[in-house]
Amino acid sequence: MTAEKTADPIPARAGDTGRAGAARAGTAQPAVRVSGLTKRYGEIDAVNGIDFEVMPGETFGFLGPNGAGKSTTIKILCTLAAPTSGTATVAGHDVTRERDTVRRNIGLVFQDTTLDTYLTGRQNLQFHAELYAVPKRAIAPRMRQVLEMVGLWDRRDSLVSTYSGGMQRRLEIARGLLHAPRVLFLDEPTVGLDPQTRSSIWEYINGLKSREDITIFLTTHYMDEAENCDRIAIIDHGKIVAIDTPEALKASVGEDRVQIHTADDAAAIEALAATFGIGAAVHDGAVTFSVASGEQFVPRLFAGLTVPIQSVSVSRPSLDDVFMSYTGKTIRDAEASGTDHMRAMVNAWRRRG
Amino acid sequence: MATEVSVAPADASGQDLSESIRVLVPERNIRQDLRAAGIVWRRELIRFRNDRLRAVTGLVQPVLFLFVLGTGLSSLASRGMPPGVDFRTFIYPGVLAMSVLFTAIFSAASIVWDREFGFLREMLVAPVSRAALVVGKCLGGATVATLQGIVILILAGLAHVPYSPELFVVLIGELLLLSFTLTAFGVMMAARIKQIQAFMALTQMLVLPLFFLSGALYPLTGLPSWLAVLTRFDPLTYIVDPMRRAVFAHLHVSPLAAHALAPGVTWSGWQVPQGLSLGLVAIMGLGMLVIAILEFRKTE
Repeated sequence: MTAEKTADPIPARAGDTGRAGAARAGTAQPAVRVSGLTKRYGEIDAVNGIDFEVMPGETFGFLGPNGAGKSTTIKILCTLAAPTSGTATVAGHDVTRERDTVRRNIGLVFQDTTLDTYLTGRQNLQFHAELYAVPKRAIAPRMRQVLEMVGLWDRRDSLVSTYSGGMQRRLEIARGLLHAPRVLFLDEPTVGLDPQTRSSIWEYINGLKSREDITIFLTTHYMDEAENCDRIAIIDHGKIVAIDTPEALKASVGEDRVQIHTADDAAAIEALAATFGIGAAVHDGAVTFSVASGEQFVPRLFAGLTVPIQSVSVSRPSLDDVFMSYTGKTIRDAEASGTDHMRAMVNAWRRRG
Repeated sequence: MATEVSVAPADASGQDLSESIRVLVPERNIRQDLRAAGIVWRRELIRFRNDRLRAVTGLVQPVLFLFVLGTGLSSLASRGMPPGVDFRTFIYPGVLAMSVLFTAIFSAASIVWDREFGFLREMLVAPVSRAALVVGKCLGGATVATLQGIVILILAGLAHVPYSPELFVVLIGELLLLSFTLTAFGVMMAARIKQIQAFMALTQMLVLPLFFLSGALYPLTGLPSWLAVLTRFDPLTYIVDPMRRAVFAHLHVSPLAAHALAPGVTWSGWQVPQGLSLGLVAIMGLGMLVIAILEFRKTE
């Protein structure tokens, strides 16, 4: 489908999800603030001068193909890599100058498991609690709280090697929350999991927002998962190409697609052109056309069209369309060429060593 | 100063605040570093306890050396032995050192595993000093290796080494020192070597020469000069010798025989005092510990 950008992007529909509105409330200091951030590995700019802010309580997603610079950004924000230039603060603290303070205020869930599978779930959490100096009295109740949150309380004394992939990821989320961080970083939290487990992980992540006062920063290359975010930044080749709520991004990209089944398609197409000035055509056996705001157009359609309508369907542009419109390719295309890009990056990095 | 973090939603949107658990993550200080070192140390012990196979396999080699090689060679070696001294008694301190050699270095190898399986990252992103992590790891490896050595210590009677509490205290102390230095050596290498295969290959290449050159199986006197020089460069030499002297001090043998078998380390004729010998091992251990800490401090 060819998506054309509308002249005036529809503003974020407040109250559409209820989350975006809440996140914007207040003028608190941003949970994450990044300006002019660059990370260079040899000749390649893995991250090339990005700027953004994440407000407290927000769920913020970094969407892009592998090798786009998502993980590099997260590594810098988590103090695991130093930026080549630019600054970043997390929970109000500079990631290079106040590394320990930043570390105390963040929780991390990485793409790959970072659990000790020779220990039990409880022992893994105990280890974490001691490393983060969680007060001794708070350890036991807090451990129970986070384990119950992810549904692992009953399995706490089993070795992690006996956990399924989904359980391990849930344990990591529980561990990341154990020290009550202000910002939780999730680097591809559902990668490598089956669809059912993925959706259950999302249930836990979304449930978090109601239980914890926390900002969530995540990366993903799954379009459908990005829908869970309050705001998304689309990153490609180390640059942010778009940043907004999923709704606004989709609205900015183009028009909704409306399909109607009528008694007389030819007459309907003629009437559409005459009454609304819309060019329609028959696709997949239905009269198909694009309008800026499909759901608002439908009542007018019923009022204005003399031809009897049997059924109507309105579909919004997907994030796939958004990605396509901003980068000129689908995320799958980007992944394919991204592999080469990554290989070049890895080689550059090796040469550096 | 401390950052207080409330677990309950700040907007108090009808949530029961009494259910929330307040977590207060304090500023980094010495106590926190000690807690971190403590848990890293404890993890080594928990893993050792869970991994019985490792404990058993770690005993195979020392037992083979002591009872199979020792017994097999004893009739041959008895010609060079003063009357009343068993060859197994002679090699016992060396075998003791060997029993901790493998365990200590393999303890350090777990860092390479941890890196491969990601757990190292969990440690490296924590708000604790690298020193706390490395010290905890080295002490953990040292404890586990010494526990392994204590099993061989229990078998002392079979090598005609007397069960003297005083001797055991000295030997355990020396085993701890040796294990600590060896773990520090392993951790230092693990900071640099990222692949487990490479680490294993390198340790295999190093462990046997270290053992053979330490004088664990032969006295340090009357050696060809090339071998004598090499033994003086082997750090293990400086721990096997004090251990052997401690054992011989508790045997009923003539001073002349004791001197022939445990002559002590000499540097071109100068007798190295036991204190200096042990001090050298300690300094090497600490030096490698510092290098390991510096290595782990580097960020990308």
